[in-house]
Amino acid sequence: MSTTQILIAGFGGQGVLFAGKFLAYKGLLDGKQVSWLPSYGPEMRGGTANCSVIVSDEPIGSPIVTAPDCLVAMNLPSLKKYENDVVSGGIIIIDSTLIGETPERDDVTVFSVPATKMANDEGFSTLANMILMGKLIKESDIFSFDGTDSVLKKVVPPKKASLTEINLKALKTGYDY
Amino acid sequence: MAEKVLMKGNEAIAEAAILAGCRHYFGYPITPQTEIAAYMAKKMPKIGGCFLQAESEVAAINMVYGVAGTGKRVMTSSSSPGISLKAEGLSYIAGSDLPALVVNVQRGGPGLGGIQPSQSDYFQATKGGGHGDFKMIVLAPSSVQEMADLTIKGFDLAEKYRMTSMILADGTMGQMMEPVSLEEPEINEYDKSWAVTGTKCERKKNIINSLSLVPEELERLNFERYDRYKTVEENEVMFEEYMMDDAEICVAAFGIAARVAKNAINAARKEGIKVGLIRPITLWPFPNAAFRKAADKVDCFISVELSMGQMIEDIRLASECKKPVYLCNRVGGMIPSPELVLESIKSHSKGGTK
Amino acid sequence: MVVFDKPKSLADVPLHYCPGCTHGIIHRLVAETIDELGIEGQTIGVAPVGCSVLAYNYFTCDMVEAAHGRAPAVATGIKRSDPDNHIVFTYQGDGDLASIGMAETVHAAARNENITIIFVNNAIYGMTGGQMAPTSLPGQVTQTSPYGRDTNHCGFPVKVCEMLSQLDGAGYIERVAVNNVKNVRNAKKAIKKAFQNQIDKKGFSLIEVVSTCPTNWGMTPEKALEWVEEKMIPYYPLGVYKDRDAENKAE
Repeated sequence: MSTTQILIAGFGGQGVLFAGKFLAYKGLLDGKQVSWLPSYGPEMRGGTANCSVIVSDEPIGSPIVTAPDCLVAMNLPSLKKYENDVVSGGIIIIDSTLIGETPERDDVTVFSVPATKMANDEGFSTLANMILMGKLIKESDIFSFDGTDSVLKKVVPPKKASLTEINLKALKTGYDY
Repeated sequence: MAEKVLMKGNEAIAEAAILAGCRHYFGYPITPQTEIAAYMAKKMPKIGGCFLQAESEVAAINMVYGVAGTGKRVMTSSSSPGISLKAEGLSYIAGSDLPALVVNVQRGGPGLGGIQPSQSDYFQATKGGGHGDFKMIVLAPSSVQEMADLTIKGFDLAEKYRMTSMILADGTMGQMMEPVSLEEPEINEYDKSWAVTGTKCERKKNIINSLSLVPEELERLNFERYDRYKTVEENEVMFEEYMMDDAEICVAAFGIAARVAKNAINAARKEGIKVGLIRPITLWPFPNAAFRKAADKVDCFISVELSMGQMIEDIRLASECKKPVYLCNRVGGMIPSPELVLESIKSHSKGGTK
Repeated sequence: MVVFDKPKSLADVPLHYCPGCTHGIIHRLVAETIDELGIEGQTIGVAPVGCSVLAYNYFTCDMVEAAHGRAPAVATGIKRSDPDNHIVFTYQGDGDLASIGMAETVHAAARNENITIIFVNNAIYGMTGGQMAPTSLPGQVTQTSPYGRDTNHCGFPVKVCEMLSQLDGAGYIERVAVNNVKNVRNAKKAIKKAFQNQIDKKGFSLIEVVSTCPTNWGMTPEKALEWVEEKMIPYYPLGVYKDRDAENKAE
């Protein structure tokens, strides 16, 4: 029986909420209990955005993540803001293209992924979020890569179905990094 | 059981309303419930329904009043400041004995307040919601599934008792996504002979009206309405009990606060503290009997609220002040953390510092 | 042979209106129209708050009593619940329509809501005892403008027809009066057209009827009718302010 609390944070427009939704659906299709809670408000683009995702074997109480087992930080302010909330023994995944500093905590495992650069190099510049999700699947022990394609079919809107392949590629790129 | 899909609480309300046969929605944009309007705007034209963005919350609730008078299922949704504007219409709907569904996805107040979650419209919802003597059935969902289920239930209760059902949610419940399973419900048919649909020159005219200039008559209408409310109180109370069997402390919370409280209760149980939860699902009618019963068993109550302490008054009344009732709260858009609730439980447990 | 009879759509009950008040005439014109168009069985009327608050007792069709000023919103709901079958009219005074309900009025017009509004303008709040209305004339003495309406202090009257005719959504806007036989006949024609428009799905129609309030104006009924001719009509000229159908035909 386990519960994993994930916090994904970055600028609005970086796909923070979409990444969270992907994880939540992954959990759902894996047969787990899940919840997804976004920050909301006037910051549609450019402001800060974060979302709480909880994946558990038991019914989920509060959907608010205050002590993440896993933090994905997509910009420096988010790292600074949430770094100290991560539980001891937890993991922090950062987009090292955008975050020049490394986390100060020595009781957590840090994964630096130059996700934005990788995304640009691979020709899918908007999918740094999914590269980081690929890494998260690899490093957390709650998810497996199996079935990610069917998850993408759920979360990529029908109008953008053509982007499913490229999302899968981004996930794989992060997973293999 | 239908396949589980991930949905925002707001979207679950909208989809459930459509499944419940609601084909008329009127609203005005306000955070954090606008997804309901957006969902309706997209869906209604495709299923022969009517979504209309009104010029104000006042107009929206009066459009609801208009459709309700014709006997069709109709709803509006808003958030705290918008509900204040709808108070006029809520009173008229009550005075005319019409069924309607109104959603309040609460945000912090008073005034323009903030846009983050709150439960500070508890008094407004449960003690009337407008001028005059009246009640609304107030349903407090605590999960996305309940957002959907209570919407369907709300329409049924509204028609059964010819009154407003209010879904009293908060920004968290509206914005969060959880797996939800939606199925077309069986819809009960109730007498609608009072509706204005045109006489077809075949029956006497119907009048939808809340004006009654003869005091004796208005008094009679009020007494009759409250007889109906009594039936609601006797038959429609809903609540959940969690670990109450051996509880020495009873936490009371609804909506998002109840979810936070469960985390705290689980943690407290691990430390050997006998604590349980009563979660009212109907805030009106309030689960008085459950609290009265608990008052004979527990040492104290802790009301966990996103308000300055509103439900706490009903707990005191229900428990007849037999045991102390403490408040554990955050306000203004802040949410109590499980740690805060745990601390409160510990401080009020026998071994605690009090 | 019956030469003058009560319209079928007008209930056989005593009206509560003051002696000399023209509400009775306007009620009759609406009821005659409903009879002549044969729509009683599908018509739903919406009564306002004001002197005609009890209008729901006077028509034989289904009726709804609205909150003060909200009749156009209520009518919108009723109409939209069954647009093909419901014929919906509101009957509103000047305080109801042009003050507290201005937003509902303007937006119903802007949406080209397919309803018929009968707007009775007598330049005063009658039911509450004669206070200044949004349509009270400059200089007009009322209970709340005891020294005459001072436009420097409380501004100018609202000319509803002129204003609404500027909206693309408004279909048919006409101002009529019922102070003499000729005007009553014109008023009937306008009201009938406003209902016919709705049947033909031509959208929003509003007929403003310049009316009297002998009681609160402090005049005999006869003098009140003269005052309409001398004071009201010059400020509120009669005529068609908007007729989209006619405009379309002319083009």
